[in-house]
Amino acid sequence: MATFSTSPVIASGDSHPATSPTLDIRAIVRRHGSVAAVDHVSFQVRRGEFFSILGPSGAGKTSVLRILAGFEEPDDGDVLIDGCSMLGVPPNRRPVNLVFQSYALFPHLTVCENVAFGLKMRRVAAALIDEQVRQVLAMVKLTGKEARKPAQLSGGEQQRVALARALVNKPAVVLLDEPLAALDQQLRQAMQVELKSIQEQAGLTCVCVTHHQEEAMMMSDRIAVMHQGRMWQVGTPREVYENPRTLFVSRFLGVSNELPGRLADAEGDAYFFQPADSELPGFPVPFHLDGSVGRPATWSLRPEHLRISRDRPITEDPVLPGVVEKVFFAGSETKYLIRVGRESRWEARATGARSSTFAPGDPVFLHWALDAGRVFVE
Amino acid sequence: MKRRSAGLNAVSVAAMLFLYGPILVLVLYSFNAAHLSMTWRGATLKWYGALLQDEALLAATWNSLLIALVSTVGATALGGLLALGMEQMPHRRQQILEGGLVLPLVIPEVMMGVALMLLFVMLRMPLGLTTVILGHIAFNIPLVTIMIRTRLRKLDPMLREAAADLGADAWQVFRYVTLPLLRPAIWGAVLVAFTVSLDDFLVTFFTAGPGATTLPLKVYSMIKSGVTPEINALSALLLVVSMIGVAGSLYLQRREV
Repeated sequence: MATFSTSPVIASGDSHPATSPTLDIRAIVRRHGSVAAVDHVSFQVRRGEFFSILGPSGAGKTSVLRILAGFEEPDDGDVLIDGCSMLGVPPNRRPVNLVFQSYALFPHLTVCENVAFGLKMRRVAAALIDEQVRQVLAMVKLTGKEARKPAQLSGGEQQRVALARALVNKPAVVLLDEPLAALDQQLRQAMQVELKSIQEQAGLTCVCVTHHQEEAMMMSDRIAVMHQGRMWQVGTPREVYENPRTLFVSRFLGVSNELPGRLADAEGDAYFFQPADSELPGFPVPFHLDGSVGRPATWSLRPEHLRISRDRPITEDPVLPGVVEKVFFAGSETKYLIRVGRESRWEARATGARSSTFAPGDPVFLHWALDAGRVFVE
Repeated sequence: MKRRSAGLNAVSVAAMLFLYGPILVLVLYSFNAAHLSMTWRGATLKWYGALLQDEALLAATWNSLLIALVSTVGATALGGLLALGMEQMPHRRQQILEGGLVLPLVIPEVMMGVALMLLFVMLRMPLGLTTVILGHIAFNIPLVTIMIRTRLRKLDPMLREAAADLGADAWQVFRYVTLPLLRPAIWGAVLVAFTVSLDDFLVTFFTAGPGATTLPLKVYSMIKSGVTPEINALSALLLVVSMIGVAGSLYLQRREV
């Protein structure tokens, strides 16, 4: 199914009606001078949900997180946690804990003292502190490192301390600011799995800010895509990936093979997309909104839906000719960069035995299931 | 490998000799057995022994230590609070205050001494230990503030945010995060302030009255009747105490956490 949109999500595009959300963000606005860093952002997070705010740097996602933590006050809108407004409540009185991107571990305190900090501030009895710190350190697999200082730990261990320091307080919401950004690739992938399993095991409600789309998709129950201070789409990773509402969302969540052009009038049941590149023939697209015929538009297709063949396939699906430009062998799969028309370059992927079939310069035919493509009207 | 220039090395050694040569001579002659003479007559510790017999000298030592101790506590408290207060001010005001802090360090100290004396006279305060202590607190505040402020500005502001996020109120953030992280800088400032106070001559000279003679003032008055090996010994002792103070301060400032 193709969708069309030119406006961001103003109200929450929540496809699962929330049963008393833990976190309810209502149209918050945060201005820096004349620029709105956060522009009427609304969303809700349910208990036990892992919710990610995904966007490029400067999208305003860190501002949202700092507003939730209480370090910044919104200029407009409201933040409710378990039904209570947090406006005017200072960070130390909020039932949330933030895991900082830089971890911000206290360098003068040991692992144990770092983790115990929150409980100590709340004047929990010492025996209880010991017990809870031991439990949470076991959960993040740091048993035996209690007496170390942060400087004596690896990056991954520091990350676990930061997580433990937040979790031990049993906050209503755990806020994660680019939690894995400081780790190297391999550690990062291992921690994604581990963080997710800790979250599920402890039933944590998490709001995670990240610019890493794969990380967001792997860990999240739902994703909100943020750009220029606004939330453009909220949904499960699959919904957002497969049904992006805008071209930006489509591009940000993965590879988007595109052709600029316009929607032509209907012929029979289908509508036609006419590429701007006159070398390319028009091809059918599934459906469109009224009033968009004739307007400039961009057609987009995910690479996994694109099939390559040497001979023109016998099919009713759309077919375009192309030329293989580059071949990238990446082990489990092979990526092809294929020139389509005069200047469009598409990515296609092949796995297994088909991997090495094509070489640079080969003329090929590209085809896809009619309803796999999407049209975004400008 | 870095290439070493023999010429540059020689100049460096010469510069250090120029700096420390006179001090070395003074220390050396504090062990000279000869009285009233610059000729070497063998080593002795009798001048150091003589210092301990000198009642006036012991009184001056007591005055110096008392002044240094009280003025260090006063200057560290006031200077430290000023450094913390400056952090919360708008940037422009911080810059103005910073200029105001450096000025007393660069104006001739004799002016500072005269100005303090005039102030005390105007306020009809009798010159004595109290006025010397107040004078020392005054010139030590900029030193303390600058040293603590340097450390404060290097602290990751995220640490204070993390503490607040974990439930610490403003006082707890200060008590459990800011203060422990500032501790090396505070002790460093204490040692410098103590040393500077112990060594000060000019401000003390103008603000001291009868009964407030400090060691540097005593050395000066003794010199009027000729340079004795006793003075050399006293100076050598002051030197050692000062060097320990400065070395301790440098060590504390370099130490992480």
